[in-house]
Amino acid sequence: MAVSSVGSSVLSRAKTFGMSKLELKELLWGLLFASPWIVGLLAFTGWPILSSLYYSFTQYSVLSASKWVGLDNYATMFVHDDVFRRALYNSTYFAIIFVPVGIVSAITVAMLLNQKIRGQPIYRTIYFLPVLVPDVALSILWMWLMNPQLGLVNSLLWELFKIQGPGWIADPDWSKSAVVLMSLWTIGRSVVIYLASLQDVPQDLYDAAAVDGTNWWQSIRNVTLPMISPVIFFTFITSMIGSLQLFTVPYIMSAGDGRPAQSLMFYSMSLYRNAFIYFKMGYACSMAWVLFVIVLIGTLLVFRSSSRWVYYAGG
Amino acid sequence: MTQAADRLGAPRALTLRNLKKKAAIKRGLRIAFSHLLLLPLAIMFLMPFFWMVSTALKSDRQVFAWPLVWIPSPLVWKNFPDAIAFFPFWLYLRNTAFIASCAVIGAVTSCSLVAYSLACVRWRGRDVLFMLAVATLMIPYQVTMVPLFITFSKFGWVGTYLPLIVPSFFGGAFFIFLLRQFFRTIPNDLIDAAKIDGASHPRIYAQIVLPLAKPALFTIALFQFLNTWTDFTGPLIYLSDSKMYTVSLGLQFFRLQHETMWQKLMAASVMLTGPIVILFFFTQRTFIQGITMTGLKG
Repeated sequence: MAVSSVGSSVLSRAKTFGMSKLELKELLWGLLFASPWIVGLLAFTGWPILSSLYYSFTQYSVLSASKWVGLDNYATMFVHDDVFRRALYNSTYFAIIFVPVGIVSAITVAMLLNQKIRGQPIYRTIYFLPVLVPDVALSILWMWLMNPQLGLVNSLLWELFKIQGPGWIADPDWSKSAVVLMSLWTIGRSVVIYLASLQDVPQDLYDAAAVDGTNWWQSIRNVTLPMISPVIFFTFITSMIGSLQLFTVPYIMSAGDGRPAQSLMFYSMSLYRNAFIYFKMGYACSMAWVLFVIVLIGTLLVFRSSSRWVYYAGG
Repeated sequence: MTQAADRLGAPRALTLRNLKKKAAIKRGLRIAFSHLLLLPLAIMFLMPFFWMVSTALKSDRQVFAWPLVWIPSPLVWKNFPDAIAFFPFWLYLRNTAFIASCAVIGAVTSCSLVAYSLACVRWRGRDVLFMLAVATLMIPYQVTMVPLFITFSKFGWVGTYLPLIVPSFFGGAFFIFLLRQFFRTIPNDLIDAAKIDGASHPRIYAQIVLPLAKPALFTIALFQFLNTWTDFTGPLIYLSDSKMYTVSLGLQFFRLQHETMWQKLMAASVMLTGPIVILFFFTQRTFIQGITMTGLKG
């Protein structure tokens, strides 16, 4: 075959590439097997990132040619565009509330589950089930649950605690909290991850702590949390990125336009509207890059701080 | 000796039996306490599901009744066929199944090939590629969303299923990561023995690694299926012809048009969610294993 003759002639030149014949052969095979990914990386990630950066400095509506406008998009964003600022505020607000609350809840539930009780798999399944619900169904279901007059949430609040529930999605002051509440229903994914990592913590450490006379809170603080800190680190970053990117849920709940009163205009929604409703592709790209930079800074900060609180058990 | 100490009235002699009893009581309390918290929580977690099904079976009158009706009577099963009549459920279901199946085929083939390269072929730069793959996980999809749309529209692919299917044939960082971790657990002796016998990489891949990796491949297939089934943004951006909609998209438009028909909306949601829940119950272990692997081997 032509391929093998080309191959063998390349191989015979191996020395010129500074490696042995075997190394070159492995390199070629490695590249060949990895080629779908390499092509994919270039075509679906690398190239779009670069062109997105380019477009962010242009005005482009796809229907007509792109027009270079330099930093205009960025200037407009920060100075003139109220919706942008609202969207940034909304997404950040949501992330700041949901990420810590979600992590603490998930760890707590996982720790409760880790008690070697009967029925642990059943509980785990129950907590995980909501993760499977498609976003659309999830949003619609919770819109119904949080209906101010007829929803289950408000009626339970009244029946059990005599609390008059808020307007949730209908109330601009409560709509984001409604999204937080709904998102807490899906912490099952994190619970499963934390549970597995908790089960990896060696019992010897707890025994040693018990011999030292620590109580339950101290052993959590000094044994459990440090031992699962790498996993906390991982879920913190993914949760932060996911929260800032959140699109489907607020989009569906607010019928696409952030109602009521823009309180649910999340960043990704504003981006979507700019791109696909107003056809301001260039502007949408600059919004995307601002988001990218924010995510990078956030990730970097967490990385930096990680040396102080993340403990790698190593060997 | 211990009996004597007991008889002398010393409080709680330090016998092994007493210590064991104390430990047992403590453990019992801890278990009871855990159940005390876990059970109500589990009920709260299940409640929305219950409410979804309950609403789906309610009559018009009972949906809007106050105080709330928990168990509808009569059970209006007719809501289900009625909901389907309102939007082309079966058509959308077929569309979604088609897209999902294609994506699964693409993901399993491409990701296993790449993972093989990263795990079983020793070449310079493979670790760099791997770290690059992991790094791309952190890029918000919005960054590539617009240029991809522009490119796809230049190809004339907007309005077809191609933008939703083709990318899965080029690997996905997450699945490659999972598979690579798994492939690395395949004993090197096995692969070396095959190499000594003169097997080439394609043969090793096809006849040794793939068969052994069936559980991991199944996990990938499951996750890709779930992702595509529930994907909303992709179809939203690329599908314009309502005959081509997926179930997620269809449900959203249904809701926009009939916002107060809650019982039919719930019925449709049940039908959308039901298949996945059922699938999950048959593949639980695979699911859970997949999720844990993502979080742990980071």
